[in-house]
Amino acid sequence: MSALLTPATRPAPPSTASIALSRVRLELRLFFRERQQVVFSFAYPVVMLLIFASVLGSDERPGGIPFAQYFLAGIAATGIMLTSFQAVGTSVAAERENGQLERLQLLGTPPVAYFAGKAGQVLVTAAVQLALLLPVARYGFDVPMPADPGHWLTFGWVAVLGALAGTVLGVAVSALPGSATSTNTAVSALAIVLQFFSGVFFGFLELPGWMQQAAALFPLKWMTQGMRSAFLPDEAGAFEVAGGWEHGRTALVLVAWVIIGVMVCVRTFRWRRGEG
Amino acid sequence: MTTTQVAPAPPGTGTDRPAVAVRGLVKRYGGRAVLDGLDLDVRRGECFALLGPNGAGKTTAIEILEGVRRRDAGEVLVLGEDPSLAGRGWRDRVGVVSQGEGAGQALSVRETLDHFARYHARARSTEDLLAAVGLQESAGSRVGRLSGGQRRRLAVALGVQGRPELLFLDEPTTGMDPVARRQFWELIRGLRADGTTVLLTTHYLDEAAELADRVGVVAGGRLVEVAPPEELGAALRRETTVSWLEGGARRSVRTQAPAAVLRDLLAVQAEIPGLSVTRPGLEDVYLRLVGATPTTSEGALR
Repeated sequence: MSALLTPATRPAPPSTASIALSRVRLELRLFFRERQQVVFSFAYPVVMLLIFASVLGSDERPGGIPFAQYFLAGIAATGIMLTSFQAVGTSVAAERENGQLERLQLLGTPPVAYFAGKAGQVLVTAAVQLALLLPVARYGFDVPMPADPGHWLTFGWVAVLGALAGTVLGVAVSALPGSATSTNTAVSALAIVLQFFSGVFFGFLELPGWMQQAAALFPLKWMTQGMRSAFLPDEAGAFEVAGGWEHGRTALVLVAWVIIGVMVCVRTFRWRRGEG
Repeated sequence: MTTTQVAPAPPGTGTDRPAVAVRGLVKRYGGRAVLDGLDLDVRRGECFALLGPNGAGKTTAIEILEGVRRRDAGEVLVLGEDPSLAGRGWRDRVGVVSQGEGAGQALSVRETLDHFARYHARARSTEDLLAAVGLQESAGSRVGRLSGGQRRRLAVALGVQGRPELLFLDEPTTGMDPVARRQFWELIRGLRADGTTVLLTTHYLDEAAELADRVGVVAGGRLVEVAPPEELGAALRRETTVSWLEGGARRSVRTQAPAAVLRDLLAVQAEIPGLSVTRPGLEDVYLRLVGATPTTSEGALR
């Protein structure tokens, strides 16, 4: 043990950015050590694609789009929502319950560094998830990949904005009162309902109007629509609700959700249960 | 960690000002005052033990000092700053041995220490910490496989990792076996010898007597007495209990003049069966201070 540091000799604590980077590395390491979580995150979209494309492979969506092509867009968006919104909402609540967040608070961790750690982990795992899903669609079900760099770019920004919106909303939802188990249940239920409302399993136009309008409030609908614009031929945009891909509105809604989510996080985030 | 001698606090640490200064601290939960005007001073470089029964407000007080719980009234200065307003620089000067988990059950002990080292301005090396808390042999074990006592040691290592000037320990040795407890006491003495101020809560009187320069007894949300462990309850200690058998039943009397009681007894009988004359130990004093046993029986025969 060496001599005591005095205020005069003690340097400033590490920057928020360097702690955020350490947190990304930590979150990734922990993620890949939770075998169940890894299997679920990576297998869910692939297995769903295998099941639905095998059963409904001969179906066609409006505009003569093969079912697998339409479904890939929806399940890719769903996978991103699960690795961001569901996984983050569940893990933050659990970390609060078992006192990990309390320790971070005692260490003076900037909340932003903690959020950034989650976001970094989500972006990497979502990328791995998509890298496993797309080849299965391409080689298993002959789904064409985005036609050109422009379409890949669309795919990229929809994926990144969707993952970020999901992350901050996951942190936000974890602030709801109740145990980690109840948060897990609520988040999972919401995720399932959103999948049905947002045109993942059914063609979005086939859904009742009220369902479409409810779905349009949440990011998943816009993520699936954005993904369709990347994977489907341009002319298929005519069969969307607005008769086009609405890239501007998609970006706006997702960015708005990121901003709203951050604001809610900053206002409601708690390091421990029963603060008072 | 080689000496248990008290080193003088290093210059420039503002030793003239106390490490902790609390006046009139009040905290209520749903109208009930858990802390009801607590005053507390902890000097730089000392080890101060807060003793008190469950529900006396020890943990609440510590959490307010740590800056993680709001107070309803009173003045609090910790290392010269108000904990409810202090920033990251202040946090790095304060260490807490927390009951909470590390960074996940799937990390090894070494990985956990290496990770949290990155949060501090100048962290102690992982090797030093492992040696100090006796976890070298478990360094590669996952946290999820550690025993309760080993987890407590990891929590201690994490608490002192940032070389804090002031260390808070809330019931640090609960769940430790006797060997681990003694090892922990050595660690605390070493920190204190380096000049670290230590504020701990404990249920164990022997721990307070062993470690603390001064002991504060909390009861009913107030500090009812502060003294070095051997002087705690000085007035109570002057009382001696004389006890004997009379007609097959034990009788006892508390007095400040045991010789006079004995003279009176000997005046009526030549031999006193079952006679004992005892002075209260730390535990007796403590129990009476916190009101667990009556204190107003002076001279009265029971």
